[in-house]
This record gives sequence, C-alpha cells and structure tokens, in this order.
Amino acid sequence: MNLEFTEEQVLLQDTLNRFLQNDYAFEQRQKLSRQGIGYSEQNWQILAEMGLLGILFEEEYGGFNFGATGLMIVMEAIGKGLIVEPYLATVVLAGQLIQKAGSTDQKQTLLPELIEGKLKLAFAYVERQSRYDLSSVALKAEKYATSFSLTGKKSVVFNAETADKIIVTARTSGGDGDKSGISLFLLDKDSPGITMQHYHTVDGLRASELSFDQVEVGLDALVGELDNAFPVIESVIDSASAAICAEGVGVISQLRERTVEYLKIRKQFSQPLGHFQVLQHRAVDMFMAEEQMRSLAYLASIRIEGSARNEQVKAVSAAKVYLGDARSVVGEQAVQLHGGIGVTDELDVAHYYKRLTMLNNLFGDRDFHLQRFSQA
Amino acid sequence: MDFDYTPEEKDFQQEVRMFLKNNYPKNLQDKVAKGVALKKEDYVFWQKILYKKGWIAPSWPVEYGGTGWTLTQKYIFEEECGAANCLRLTSFGLVMIAPVLIKYGSEEQKQKYLPDILSSDAWWAQGYSEPNAGSDLASLQTRAERKGDFYFVNGSKTWTTHGHYADMMFVLVRTSKEDKKQKGISFLLIDMTSPGVSIEPIITIDGLHVVNQVFLDDVKVPIDNLIGVEGEGWTIAKYLLQHERTNIAQVPRSKKQIERLKLLSKKEIHNGKPLLEDPFFSAKIAEIEVELLALEMTSLRALSKASAGASSNSTSSLLKIKGTEVQQKITVLLMEAMGYFSMPYIKDVLIDGWQDEVPIGPEEAAFLAPHYFDWRKTSIYGGSNEIQKNIIAKVVLGL
Repeated sequence: MNLEFTEEQVLLQDTLNRFLQNDYAFEQRQKLSRQGIGYSEQNWQILAEMGLLGILFEEEYGGFNFGATGLMIVMEAIGKGLIVEPYLATVVLAGQLIQKAGSTDQKQTLLPELIEGKLKLAFAYVERQSRYDLSSVALKAEKYATSFSLTGKKSVVFNAETADKIIVTARTSGGDGDKSGISLFLLDKDSPGITMQHYHTVDGLRASELSFDQVEVGLDALVGELDNAFPVIESVIDSASAAICAEGVGVISQLRERTVEYLKIRKQFSQPLGHFQVLQHRAVDMFMAEEQMRSLAYLASIRIEGSARNEQVKAVSAAKVYLGDARSVVGEQAVQLHGGIGVTDELDVAHYYKRLTMLNNLFGDRDFHLQRFSQA
Repeated sequence: MDFDYTPEEKDFQQEVRMFLKNNYPKNLQDKVAKGVALKKEDYVFWQKILYKKGWIAPSWPVEYGGTGWTLTQKYIFEEECGAANCLRLTSFGLVMIAPVLIKYGSEEQKQKYLPDILSSDAWWAQGYSEPNAGSDLASLQTRAERKGDFYFVNGSKTWTTHGHYADMMFVLVRTSKEDKKQKGISFLLIDMTSPGVSIEPIITIDGLHVVNQVFLDDVKVPIDNLIGVEGEGWTIAKYLLQHERTNIAQVPRSKKQIERLKLLSKKEIHNGKPLLEDPFFSAKIAEIEVELLALEMTSLRALSKASAGASSNSTSSLLKIKGTEVQQKITVLLMEAMGYFSMPYIKDVLIDGWQDEVPIGPEEAAFLAPHYFDWRKTSIYGGSNEIQKNIIAKVVLGL
C-alpha cells in the first residue's frame, strides 16, 4: 500500500503550483471569465506546452499516460486556481470518449491535435428531461445509406462556443431511458442545421444550448459502436466525476485557507475572530471536511485507474456525496465566517463557493449519488 | 498510488486470519458480536492466548516482548481482529502504562511491572480524571506529600474503567503548587490493595458497572513508585496520550457493525418489505458508509505518511472525532432497526446473554438501546471531541 505521490507526480504538482502563482491571479481570471470567449487562448497554449492536455492519453498519440491519479493532480490545481480554460470539456469528457470509443483512425487524427492545443472539443449529453440519467437520450439520429441525420436538442454543453468539434449522444434505436440504442457522433461545430445559444454560467464558465435540425453527417462520424455507447459514456462520466471531486478538493482547500487566514486578521470586539471558540470549531469542521474529501477523491481516482466496476461506482459516488455535503460545510460556512465581505462579488471566496455549489449539480447531485452508492 | 498489500503482507494477513480462526474462542466471538458484557476472565483468557503466540503487544519494542511489526502489519492485525469480532484488549496496561514505563521507568520498574502486563497477570487502571478535573485535566487536585521514603496521597479519581478489577493504578498527583497548573504534577503507581484505597461503583447510563470512583485516603506509596522525575508528570501524561493512536478511528469495528446493521435490518419487515430496502433507512446507512469510507481512507493516508517517516499526529484528533461520530451514528440505526423491541431492558441478559429463555423479539434487540446510550461516552472520553477540535484549531490551523 502506498498513498504517497511519485517523484513524477510531485514534479507535476510543483509545475502546476508555479503556473497558478505566476500566471493565474484571481483578478486575471475574473477578467478572462467575463469577456470574449471566457478564457485565454494563450493560457490554453501554456497548458498544452506543460503537457497537461496529454496527461490521460497514450504515448503513441503524444500523450503522457499519467492515468487517473495524474488527472487528479491537474484537477486539484484547476480547482485551486478556478481555471476557466475548457479542460474538462476537451480533455476529460470529449478526449476520453475518443480515447475509449474512437477508432484508431479517429484517435490518430484527433488526439495529437488535441494534445498540442490545436483542437478543442465539447460533449453534448444533457437534455431538458434527462436530469442526471445518462440513458435519457431523446435526440434522434436516423440512419440512411451513407449518412446519419440528427434532430433534437442538447442543453448546458460546456464550452461549445469555442469547440471545433462536438460529440453528441443520440438515440439510434429504442426509446428515451433505454440503455441500449444510444450512439455517439462527432460533428463539426459549423455543420449546417446546428444552432447555438451561448451563455455564462453562475460559476464563471461558458455553456450553450444546442439545437439540431436534420444535421447530416457521414457514417464515419459515428464514434464507437452503433447503439452501444452507454457503457463508455457512463465510464467517462464516472472518470469525470472523480476528476471534479479532485477539483472540489482544490476549491475546498482555498475556501478553508482563506477563511482561516481571515479569522486570524479580522478583529472584532478588540480581538481576532479566531480567538472565538465557536468560530474555531467551525473552521475545524471545514478542515475535517477538506481532509475527508481529499481521502475520497484519492480513493475515487485510484479505483478509476483499475478496480472492479462496482468498486468504481462506490468510490466515485461516495466522493460525489461528500462533495455535495461540502457545499454547506465548507462553502456556506466560508461565506458566513467572512461576514458581509463574503457575499461580495469582489472577494474570491464568493467565486470558489459558486464553483463548489455547481460541482454538486454536475454529473449527479448528492442525493443521486447517495442512491447510486446504496445500490452499487 | 495503490492499496495493494505486498505479497509478504498478504501472507501475514493470511497468517493472522488463520490464527484467529483457529484460536479465537467461539463464545467470545458470540459475545462481542451480540454486545454481551465482557468479564475480566474473558479478557484475560484471550490475552493469554495472544501472549503465548507473542502477539499481545504489537506496539512494544521487540526487546520487551513486542512483535517488531511494521505499521502496515499492525494495521492488518487490527483489521483482522475487527473482522473476527475479537474483543478489544484492555488498554491501560498494554497500551498506556507500558510505553511510559519503557520510556521513563527505571530498570527495576520495568522488570517489576512489564512481564505481568505482558502475560495479563496484572490488571491496571488509569487515575487521571477527577470529579473536578475532566477536560481540564491539569487542574487536578489529588495531592501527594512526601515524607521520608513515602508519598502520602489524598484525593479522588473518577471514571476509573475496570478499577474494580485492577491490581495497580497509575495516577497523576500534585506534588507541589507552582505558578502554572501543568507544573508540579507527578506520575505515581499505586497498589490497589494499599490501605486507604476504596472504590465506589459508578453505574452508567446502560445500567451496568464498568467505571468507578476511587478514593485515596492517606495512601502510603513508596517513592520507588514515582515514574521519572518529580514534577515531570504532565510531560509523561502527554506522551501517554499521543502514544499509539493508529487504531483510534476504529474503522474495522465500525465496518463490522455496518455489516451487522444490514443483516439485522434485512430481517425486520417494514411496509411489507425488508427494512433494509426502505429508501429512507437505506439512505441513512449509505450516509454512514460514505463517512466510514472517507475515514478509512484518511486512516490509510495517515498510515502511509507515517510509514514513509512523516509525522501524522495532526490527524489523530480528526480520526477520533470522525471515528466516534460514525460509531455513534451506527448505534442509533441499530437501535432504530429494532422498533418496539428496543424497549425491553433485562439486565441479566445484558450481562450473560439469553440463556434458556426465549428472547423477546430479535435475539440481539435487548442489547441495542443500552449500547446506543453507552456509546455516547466515546465522544466524551479520551479528550472530548470538543477538546479535539480545540487541538486542531490550535495545532493545525494556528488559531
């Protein structure tokens, strides 16, 4: 048993911390988040140069094959810095779908470009009625002799605006809620028949509503087997869930750190707030939640790397349940302990809190995962 | 990162498992599984078996009878003992006073006391808390006055677990008045048969007698029974408290209890279905399991860190708080699962188990409400959970 980082992993962590320190000040992040495309193309190239876009992929495509625990380290930094670049959409979701379901040809054309920072992807899987049920896919793909035709809608597609290509889940047989009959298609974003409505999200990111009206794609647009995409979608969403739990660890660590610092410097009744035991104990609750969350994020990533399926589900859902709890134990308390300043837009605490809150609603909330854990 | 044990560790795990299977008595297994009160002879019986095997004192240095196990081996041993429903060894001798003797005791003291602790021929009690010194232990008032070759001890100690079984008690006493309450405290060993020692039982919330108040009335204690230097008692007490806390979270025991909870709630019928399948009840179980999984991982992280040579002391307060919270939550659900049958209180059954009579309701039901009430103590003893939070606030967060 060994739960320490390897030398390679420590190096990765150091590199990331340097990047956050030198190139990712909070004010900068806010500026990026609020104008233009919502992030910096230049930063995306820096991430590529640091090798982060290739962290999950095999060497033959130019990747580094660091696995889920490597991804965990990157995601924690993404949480620490509230990074707005489309890492989750491109690398963790779409990139892994290509890696796990794509043909050799698709991998060879797409992955090297992605790893070099030249190709951005998005994954469209949410629909109005689906909530967190990955088998609820109503968007239809009709098969013709040499093409598929896609009609339907997708919601809350992260970073679709800047993606070059979009992977879409579509119903190719059966009905809404059937696990079989779901397929994946890779589309150029500017394919005729796609309309998009772009918007900001509460936590400073970007997403879009997508509408598909008889969008024609070739047979080679299919990613993976026809009708049989559900297992790979589920496995990628699980991996992404483990990843955002690690992101959550980063967010939580900052909320805890900033709150403890504030308790030390803010004086009321002629003494630092940190002298009041009632506040000390709440800070301790935050600290314990951070440690336990970190433990579960480790567990989820280790299980994703290679364990039996039900062990993976248990670990991922447990971590996601805890992440949901952290919204109140860490997020709400951080704001409360900061007092009035905690509910201002100016302070980074509010933005960490928003991200933490939205992480609960991403890939299944606390109740969803508690039930899934219970049944696994 | 991985959880895998090395082949050697797996062999060890198998060795422990087989040993427990072949040597841990069925009647004790039953008692622990059901929560029947344990008697002195139960402890001594099992401890002597472990002693003969050489496994009684994993935390001791090898030259005094320790096992020489790595931290991981100790963890495996605890895991297997928990899974096999082993009784928890009495800690006052083996885990508490022995390390103190080894670190601070004189050669004569070591030779005099350690062998009997190892073989469970001597039973020890702890004399720390006093009626007016609980969480604020350093405000203790029991006095020891030196006259010639003896101390004369006056005062009272309380919450003395198994004091009525004890041959010896280690106590913190005040030997002088100083400017700080932590100063002037000394660490003494008292023979429980000394004139002036008297014991009053304290009946706890479950109606049983485990703890006591001990009165010390002009008890004559030879100065040879002083550990370390006079006035150094607080340092020794702190050493004792931080020693050997690898199993503080009690994860293996809680896992076993969750298993038991699922088994019992499967047999209870609720709205025509097993209670275990009730969405509300199963959600409560799942919430505890999530917390337990986190706790297990945090324990393993601490273990991994300690094995790599780093200090993991800051984690022990967290493990104590979360560990006891989980244990207590399980006791609630065990009791709730029994419905009406959590109500009967039959003291003889708590002490001896159901004998020839037909149990009232499920066989285990009668134990579960008392167990729930009794288990409230875990967040109070060993430094209450609030004290643990104070420690984290100060030591870890710097508040």
